[in-house]
Amino acid sequence: MTALATQSHAIPHAVMAPELAWVGMAMLLPLLSSVVCALCGALRVKSKLPAIVTAISLASSFAIILRAYSAYTGPVDVPIFEWMSFEWGRGGSFHSFTANCALYIDALTLYWMLFVTGLGTLITIYASEYMEGDRGAGYCRFFFAISIFLFAMSALVLGDNLAMLYLGWEGVGLASYLLIGYNYDRPSAVAAAKKAFIMNRIGDLGLALGIFMLWANYGTIQYSELFVAMSSGGQTAVDWHVSAIPFLLMLGAFGKSAQIPLFTWLPDAMEGPTPVSALIHAATMVTAGVYLIARLYPFFELHPQALATVAWIGGGTALVAATIGMAQYDIKRVFAYSTISQLGYMFLGLGVGTTFGACYHTLTHAFFKALLFLAAGAIMHGFAGQLDLRKLSGLRHIPGWRIVSWTMFVGCLWLAAFPFTAAFFSKDAILLQALSSDRADFRALGWLGLLTAALTAYYTFRVWFRVCAGPVHFEAGTEAPHDHGAHHDADHARQKGHDRHSAAVHAAFHPHAPRWAINGVLIVLAIGSLVVGVPAYKAVFLHEDNWAQQMIAHSSAVQGAMLSNDHAHSEGHAPTMLGMDVHTGLTVVGSSAAIGGILVAWFFHLHSRRRADQVRGELLRRWWLGWIPTAMEHKWYVDEVYHVTFRSTMWIGAQILNFADRHFLDAFVVDGVAKIPLALGRVFRPLYSGALQGYAVTMAGGVALVLAWASWVWLRGAQ
Amino acid sequence: MSESLSSALTAIAPAQISIALAISALLFGLGLIGFLCRRNMIIMFLCTELMFQGAALAMIAFARLRMDVSGQVFVIFILTVAAAEAALALGLVVLLYRRKETLNSEVWSELGES
Repeated sequence: MTALATQSHAIPHAVMAPELAWVGMAMLLPLLSSVVCALCGALRVKSKLPAIVTAISLASSFAIILRAYSAYTGPVDVPIFEWMSFEWGRGGSFHSFTANCALYIDALTLYWMLFVTGLGTLITIYASEYMEGDRGAGYCRFFFAISIFLFAMSALVLGDNLAMLYLGWEGVGLASYLLIGYNYDRPSAVAAAKKAFIMNRIGDLGLALGIFMLWANYGTIQYSELFVAMSSGGQTAVDWHVSAIPFLLMLGAFGKSAQIPLFTWLPDAMEGPTPVSALIHAATMVTAGVYLIARLYPFFELHPQALATVAWIGGGTALVAATIGMAQYDIKRVFAYSTISQLGYMFLGLGVGTTFGACYHTLTHAFFKALLFLAAGAIMHGFAGQLDLRKLSGLRHIPGWRIVSWTMFVGCLWLAAFPFTAAFFSKDAILLQALSSDRADFRALGWLGLLTAALTAYYTFRVWFRVCAGPVHFEAGTEAPHDHGAHHDADHARQKGHDRHSAAVHAAFHPHAPRWAINGVLIVLAIGSLVVGVPAYKAVFLHEDNWAQQMIAHSSAVQGAMLSNDHAHSEGHAPTMLGMDVHTGLTVVGSSAAIGGILVAWFFHLHSRRRADQVRGELLRRWWLGWIPTAMEHKWYVDEVYHVTFRSTMWIGAQILNFADRHFLDAFVVDGVAKIPLALGRVFRPLYSGALQGYAVTMAGGVALVLAWASWVWLRGAQ
Repeated sequence: MSESLSSALTAIAPAQISIALAISALLFGLGLIGFLCRRNMIIMFLCTELMFQGAALAMIAFARLRMDVSGQVFVIFILTVAAAEAALALGLVVLLYRRKETLNSEVWSELGES
């Protein structure tokens, strides 16, 4: 009876359905499978067992989440066990800190978990074929890290407090580090792993400080209590330590989601195996920043400029990353920059006040970007690591590559936000909110977003027209040291017994077409990309409620967004754009941007590739224009700037400290202490000559001294 | 101590004691100088015996001065111990000689720093 009472106390909003009690298993199963994979590694299992165990556990997680979704009625706390609970002080200075291992299940959580576990399952199946060449220790290690990732991601999303979110946040960072550095014998992979980890630390500092500040100001870090405290405490904050909260939290989000100051780690993270790029660095982990802001959305109203900052950073990142993506030749890098760019859109959506748009774009992006990465991975797998889009052409005419080509075509259409694709609607939701805002700078960001959309369509189809269309022509990948992304897959192909292929790489290379696991997953993802558009189609054509919008509307993410919406429409007149209603105008301009970009890509990269080279040459010859493509190819020299400003200054600081340590601390303090016994030894050492008479003289001298002293005392006493 | 024994001893004058002590100091000093100056281990050992006898003589002198035989008893003990110790020490000297074929004590300086 008492147990029942405490349980009902812990559930603030609704009675817990029995289905929800199982949700904890969705988090536990990946942990179990990670243990099994580690055991497989210890027992030197050479079979596909780790992949099978991981796939089954993730599929079960997905089923559990689906079941919970079907039984979902309202936000629920599911307690699992007491984790941390401290109380100190009394009276006025009473403090308490509670962070239980408990799950907070609301629509946002379920929404996120559905695509995280679903895509996790699919990508594990894909990886079971992709990683075949590493069967043995590497295979176990890979699936161990994947399981750990899913466990941490589940903790991040499901946790009912910020301590669990932080645990998951660091856990996904660890998994990301382990998987980027999967090929630990390749220096570039190790460097990329360290870069990702260290840049995330910068963001995590902000997140940790934000959590401390939340606790210091509201006395709790549990979501349900935080929202109550927030709504009762009012939304206007004057103290700096309250208004700093959103900025600290957004720093964490920018680090994890690769936004402007901290985005350079994500392209380098492509050193990891491609399934990892698809799962962690495109579909799920990098969206954790979006989740964080959506989850704590009310707190981003604590400072009037907080959301505007998010919007500006997001819009700016979208544009910058798109311009860099236009000039890259490595397919995976193009997609990496497109990921950063699309994440920028999500942040723009959050910033201008449409959490629905941001979350819906997260969902559509998760599908089509996983699809694109997996297609790129299939190409890399089959062509011995070749990823240079100048060295691959006409893939769709090669037997065995049709599925890859056409599923990739679907992914490209979606990424380009071609009219009436899912991504078109999700991007539309974001840009619509930006363009109908009453703030001029948000409207400007909306136009920037449209420009970015055109660039996106161009660089996406530049890849597809180059690689999949045109005359058949390809060069296999080599192990040339400049071609970083390629090595391990080249090794990989060789280990698989394709020695004849790699031996004859330059003579007659036969691409190794993907088999059922890769093709099957690509088809499922292409269908999934179509399916995630269904809610939008229903909303547009049948005027039903958008499923995603409903999901987001039933979570904490909507509070602020509703406010902004009301604000935008309370102006009295409908916002206009180019003399049209914003909605129509956006559809027209957005569609033409996408189609225009695709046409330009078609002209330069399929119709007349020679012309593209001519135009490029012309541009490079003009001094006032030539620097633009060069700078874009060099990623606007951001890495170099960071190198000069941060790494060099830190290097100089380290040298100064090293000098001080060696020449001051070591020289005077440490060595000084050691010199005292040495000096004492020097004084007494002559007494120990080893000569027998020497000792005798010392002894006689000592006795003489004692005698002299005794007689001196005696004589003085006698006087 | 019985009355008859103590009466048999006659006290001596402080001047005579001085002579005895001077001889004792002379013996001790000679022994010391010999020990420090000579390198032959047998001679060095003899010198230590000389220092012993100097000390013993001083004890006898003081025993006479204070009319107390325990000092003389001590000297008897010292002599016996010295005899036993002489056997031991000479044995050691023989062993050391066998090691290095010399009696020079300077060859035994392995305890030194350098």
